[in-house]
Amino acid sequence: MEIQDFSDDIDVKVKKYQRGESADLEGLKDKKLKGQLANREELYKKSANAAAKAEKWLMQTESGLLEPEGIEKTWRFSQQSIAQEVDVASRKNQFDIILPDLGPYTIDYTSSGRYMLTAGRKGHLAIMDMHTLKPVKDFQVRETVRDAVFLHNELFFAAAQKKYTYIYNRAGTELHCLKEHGAVLKLQFLKNHFLLSSINKSSHLRFQDITTGQMVGNYRTALGRSDVLQLNPYNSVITSGHSGGTVCMWKPTTSTPLIKILCHHGPVTAISFHPNGHLMATAGMDKKIKIWDLRTYKTLQTLPGNAKTLSFSQKGLLAASTGSFTQILQTSDSSNYNRYMIHTMAKGYQINRIQFRPYEDVLGIGHSMGFSSILVPGSGEPNFDSWVANPFETVKERREKEVRVLLDKLPPESVMLDPTKVGNMREAKRKEKKTKAEVEEEKAAAVAAAKSVAVKKKTKGRSKPSKVARKKQEGIENAKRGFVEENEGRDKKKQKRITEVNELPIALQPFVSKKGK
Amino acid sequence: MRVKVISRSADDFTRERSNDLQRVSRNYDPNLRTQEKAVEYVRALNAAKLDKVFARPFIGAMDGHIDAISCMAKNPSHLKGVFSGSMDGDIRLWDIASRKTICQYPGHQGAVRGLTVSTDGGVLVSCGTDCTVRLWRVPLSSGIDSSDSSEKLIASYVWKNAFWGVDHQWEGSLFATAGAQVDIWDHNRSQPVNSFEWGNDTVISVRFNPGEPNILATSGSDRSITIYDLRTSSPARKLIMRTKTNSIAWNPMEPMNFTAANENCNCYSFDARKLEEAKCVHKDHVSAVMDIDYSPTGREFVTGSYDRTVRIFQYNGGHSREIYHTKRMQRVFCVKFSGDASYVISGSDDTNLRLWKAKASEQLGVILPRERRKHEYMEAVKNRYKHLPEVKRILRHRHLPKPIYKAGLLRRTMADAEKRKEDRRRAHSAPGSMPRKSVRKNRIIQEIE
Repeated sequence: MEIQDFSDDIDVKVKKYQRGESADLEGLKDKKLKGQLANREELYKKSANAAAKAEKWLMQTESGLLEPEGIEKTWRFSQQSIAQEVDVASRKNQFDIILPDLGPYTIDYTSSGRYMLTAGRKGHLAIMDMHTLKPVKDFQVRETVRDAVFLHNELFFAAAQKKYTYIYNRAGTELHCLKEHGAVLKLQFLKNHFLLSSINKSSHLRFQDITTGQMVGNYRTALGRSDVLQLNPYNSVITSGHSGGTVCMWKPTTSTPLIKILCHHGPVTAISFHPNGHLMATAGMDKKIKIWDLRTYKTLQTLPGNAKTLSFSQKGLLAASTGSFTQILQTSDSSNYNRYMIHTMAKGYQINRIQFRPYEDVLGIGHSMGFSSILVPGSGEPNFDSWVANPFETVKERREKEVRVLLDKLPPESVMLDPTKVGNMREAKRKEKKTKAEVEEEKAAAVAAAKSVAVKKKTKGRSKPSKVARKKQEGIENAKRGFVEENEGRDKKKQKRITEVNELPIALQPFVSKKGK
Repeated sequence: MRVKVISRSADDFTRERSNDLQRVSRNYDPNLRTQEKAVEYVRALNAAKLDKVFARPFIGAMDGHIDAISCMAKNPSHLKGVFSGSMDGDIRLWDIASRKTICQYPGHQGAVRGLTVSTDGGVLVSCGTDCTVRLWRVPLSSGIDSSDSSEKLIASYVWKNAFWGVDHQWEGSLFATAGAQVDIWDHNRSQPVNSFEWGNDTVISVRFNPGEPNILATSGSDRSITIYDLRTSSPARKLIMRTKTNSIAWNPMEPMNFTAANENCNCYSFDARKLEEAKCVHKDHVSAVMDIDYSPTGREFVTGSYDRTVRIFQYNGGHSREIYHTKRMQRVFCVKFSGDASYVISGSDDTNLRLWKAKASEQLGVILPRERRKHEYMEAVKNRYKHLPEVKRILRHRHLPKPIYKAGLLRRTMADAEKRKEDRRRAHSAPGSMPRKSVRKNRIIQEIE
């Protein structure tokens, strides 16, 4: 019995690493190719099995959890009660830093979760090391700062200030002033492509390559001023939310959005993406939070409530904040999102930005009176990969990683809705000619549709039975005509050409071009 | 309530002492690596570009001969030694590692046309236009041998006609010479033990089968390829083509197959059991192919051509994988693959032997395991994305000297014109009177048994 369970467990894990279905080789005629592909599939299976086994046996850290006992409910647990149960090191992750003068604050984490960047609206910029909980650097720019993001590592960050966007290094030295971006409201960094994207007051969306300085894209959204801009980490598509309720998805190389969805009645306030790329959460002023399936672009769930800011964690928890209230939602078996935890800040604190800290069970909150961090058990990925993002990175490793990442820098064209399409064959667009039966069927359907059209009751005299009948007949004739004309037109052309040829003297007939005019 | 949060102590993830290795933890979750296919594609593209950057196939030239090099032989029991014979009768033994002459074998009065080494690596057999076959002692140590020629010469046999080629049995003590007829010799006999003749024309090259020691293939100036069996008194099979075959090489891993270097710029791979049709036609050279040699792996072979280039083909590839040329290299008369399949040696009209890498961008010297794994990974991604247009373009591109590029264009134009003409003739003749003949068959005139 236990052995059975064990193998089932492995099967689920293997599926995760197989990255989709295996190829169907049944219809393949080329035996050599079939053999090669079968070998390849075998290899994929082996590597997925090995990865699943490694996950089962070799992972060092265990995932966090919060389990109620008896009639307890998870959302009743306060941060204080959680703090009493956890170890001392984790307790350090609960803190409130009160900086009443320069708020409200936005926050950003590096991809490893080691460093936090905070930016106060009134010009306070600070980088904190979250292991030692000491500021690496904090300084004031004496200017409005609307947003700040880390670039590829903790050494550089970009800050959207009153007039321009600036790039600073860790020591607080201004390296670049990006004047072309204008007065930027929101920044996002595409770390695979080294692109800094921004949306400014005049609703221009810009993409700048920060390794070369080249402006890759500059597009007018024409949907009004917006400060909702979010990166989908799965495929690096940039998504903007607008005051009309539309959400647009952009890639750096096209001037029109890839997708435009009407998500809310009223302005969109926040967007967030699940790390597996299939779910999007949007919040609007219409007091709704919606969960969207990005494979079908349909709503999966609509939750009531306002949200100024949203954030998905690595394990798929969704946090939503409004005012001084934060709620964290959880899904079980990928069905609906239900309440998991709630947290209320001191009264009067306005939450500005929340973000889950990668690889930790921590939610960072930037608010009007400083920034805080709370424990959310089960939110973070417990095991990091040293080659992807390492919280315990040494200087040498960081340097090596920078070189490696730069070598693998993706071209801006590789941003696409389905990133697994790279290197695949485009499906052939075959324009098949309709068979006679199909044409007949369509014709019958069109006639039936014309017959079933209800005639409006018109003013006196116009709705006479004879007139109604005539009108209906006209509609039917019209429906039929579409199919008749198509065929006859073609025949006529052919006939005309043949007759033209026949009119010529026999000697000249062979010289008539066969293609016609 | 039960609460657990992620808690890591820095000691578990950092090294204890500064001379320890850094700790690495892995998590293969696909969600952590976003856009991994695009990253792989970029890596494949970079690998293809780096391949071009590091493509430095030419290692060095070995000069010393004072006339064109006519033939070469590799020593089956000694990796570093290569023998070369020149048109002025000089024979040299080269050390590939230092690219220097180890010793010389003076004695031939005219051009040396054939060289071969016995399987044990002890005896070198040479023959030439001075109608002699000479057997030489091969020095065992790799140091420079200063003993005079009389000590090195084991025997010298004079025969009736000039010789064009010689080859030693892979297992056994016989060797065969080509000339007016095919003669089979024993080391200790001053006269051939057997002679084969089929027609009156000269035999140009001879090559023993690596698998079956008694079978040999020859090519003759009557445009024929003949297969002999030493156990029977008469030749086994003969194939006549439209143009002359300059050289033959057996595939050492599939000994029933051989490839013939033809005068019409192509090489033809045949199955010796089924000669009516070539297994593969290897096209790319723009002038006569002079010599051919298989890699010991049997997966590829090298050809030298009169168009001053050396090409490497896959054993089943219609076009060459690689082309090597330098400004100073003249007509190539002989090529050899080294015994470890990693080098190619060419001898040309400009009196030099040239040493090339078999894989143009291969890194020479000791490779650390990490480096090797990296190379293997790069090779794998390149292989995975080789069909994508950008990668394919970079991998396929080879710089060609202008005359060869022009000659290639011209050849293509001629082939197209010929095909067009034939198509038109076919269209205007009675249906079925001009059957289509495949490329693999149409250079073959007849097969005689």
